[in-house]
Amino acid sequence: MKAVKRSAWALPYAIFLIFFVVLPLVLVAVYSFQDGSGRFTFSNIAKFFTDKDTLSTFAVSMEVAIENTLLCILLGYPAAWILSNRKLNRSAVTIVLFILPMWINALMRTLATAELFNMLGITLGKGTLLFGMVYDYLPFMIYPIYNVLEKMDKSYGEAAADLGATPWRVFWKVTVPLSMPGVASGVLMVFMPTVSTFAISEFLTNNKIKLFGTIIQENINSSMWNYGAALALVMLVIIGLTTLLQGKGDEELEGGVI
Amino acid sequence: MMKKILAKAYIGILLVLLYAPLVFIAVFSFTESKVLGNWKGFSTRLYRNLLTGDMQGNSSLLTAVENTLLIAVVAALFATILGTVAAIGIHNMTGRKRQAISFLNNIPMINPDIITGVSLFLLFVFLHISQGYVTVILAHITFCTPYVVLSVMPKLRQMNPNIYEAALDLGATPGQALRKVMIPQLRPGMVSGFILAFTMSLDDFAVTFFTRGTIGLDTLSTYIYTDARKGGLTPELRPLMTLIFLIILILLLVINLRQDRLQKKAEKI
Repeated sequence: MKAVKRSAWALPYAIFLIFFVVLPLVLVAVYSFQDGSGRFTFSNIAKFFTDKDTLSTFAVSMEVAIENTLLCILLGYPAAWILSNRKLNRSAVTIVLFILPMWINALMRTLATAELFNMLGITLGKGTLLFGMVYDYLPFMIYPIYNVLEKMDKSYGEAAADLGATPWRVFWKVTVPLSMPGVASGVLMVFMPTVSTFAISEFLTNNKIKLFGTIIQENINSSMWNYGAALALVMLVIIGLTTLLQGKGDEELEGGVI
Repeated sequence: MMKKILAKAYIGILLVLLYAPLVFIAVFSFTESKVLGNWKGFSTRLYRNLLTGDMQGNSSLLTAVENTLLIAVVAALFATILGTVAAIGIHNMTGRKRQAISFLNNIPMINPDIITGVSLFLLFVFLHISQGYVTVILAHITFCTPYVVLSVMPKLRQMNPNIYEAALDLGATPGQALRKVMIPQLRPGMVSGFILAFTMSLDDFAVTFFTRGTIGLDTLSTYIYTDARKGGLTPELRPLMTLIFLIILILLLVINLRQDRLQKKAEKI
């Protein structure tokens, strides 16, 4: 009796979720398959697959997102490893220093980065876009990897070393595989957000390179809701596929986010 | 030894790169020039303008700061209450239902901001709700609450369920048992959930952008966006960002240095 009653405490939130999470996503799908006057149509989806501008923007976004994610892993993994290593870093302050910039408004940081490039005489374009993206998203990669490495049982590595593995081999055969969940959640926090950024890409390239988020925003803002919704649906499908691949969907609630 | 130096150097270089734009803003907050990157001699005038609120036609910056704080406080407060109650409920659930609600709770965290923003925009359009403060706050509660739930859940798992039952057996009303037994034990999780929600709300741009409507409601993020698109940022943003940065830096350093010291003391014992 009591157990039934207390599980009912989740009811207000369940209703809230249905109203503010499920219904809006359903509406994205509904609007995608409607024309301006509310009639059913496939034309919005068809337009995405045939419009050259949209497709090339999509391709560029994917390319930038993949490059950004790889760069973040490449730069962030060693940093997370060093930060989690008790012999190399004994202070919690260093990890805080990596998270601190996230508290400063992202747009302001991005604009300052762009101005810094201008002052140094570097032309804004693909290179500066990638630099700025890495700059914005690196902490999101470092933190989950750091978390996993920090909690990892060190005796696995020690056991491998005792059994004659070289430090290099221990790293590749023990540390890296065990830290994969951290890398996976880092990828989740970097990849799709990169595809969907707007404003940041415009500021960092002087409007030369548009990312997918920007065309969604442009369509919504110019009252082309149906096409905007269709583009959002495309992103939702990709997100759904990537989370399914990672098996995140049915994972239990876990604490320790930031 | 060599390894240690290399590691320190690597971390150092990353931090220098990460902080370069922030230092850049801070340095140029001490000059009067309109454009960032143009040094016109040392001056504290921008700080005086900001603190006295006297900013030649840019006074809407202060309104934007007020809006940002107001929205963040209200949204974080509601998210904390909603999320804590929900966490208690979810903790007492089992099977399919629990999986379903955990899955729904994950969606706002996995969705990029723009999807959350666009989908909520369509919801408000669909229901003919005029957009403004209320819609922005509702939207912020939507993406903040999952983080509160995730912060409170571990505390519930650590808690001994018998204590709450004992309070009831000893004659406490469910309300009393909640206030005097449950809440004190959940407080650390609620506080970290609140802080998380507050900072997420402060930093948000995309969701606010799509749900603020056309009544001219600006938060700091949308203010900066509009300002930058018009060309040229309000110069007073430089001292504002510098001050925010310093306040957070000091807060975090104090908290963490104290933790470091406690930890080292514990290691000695």
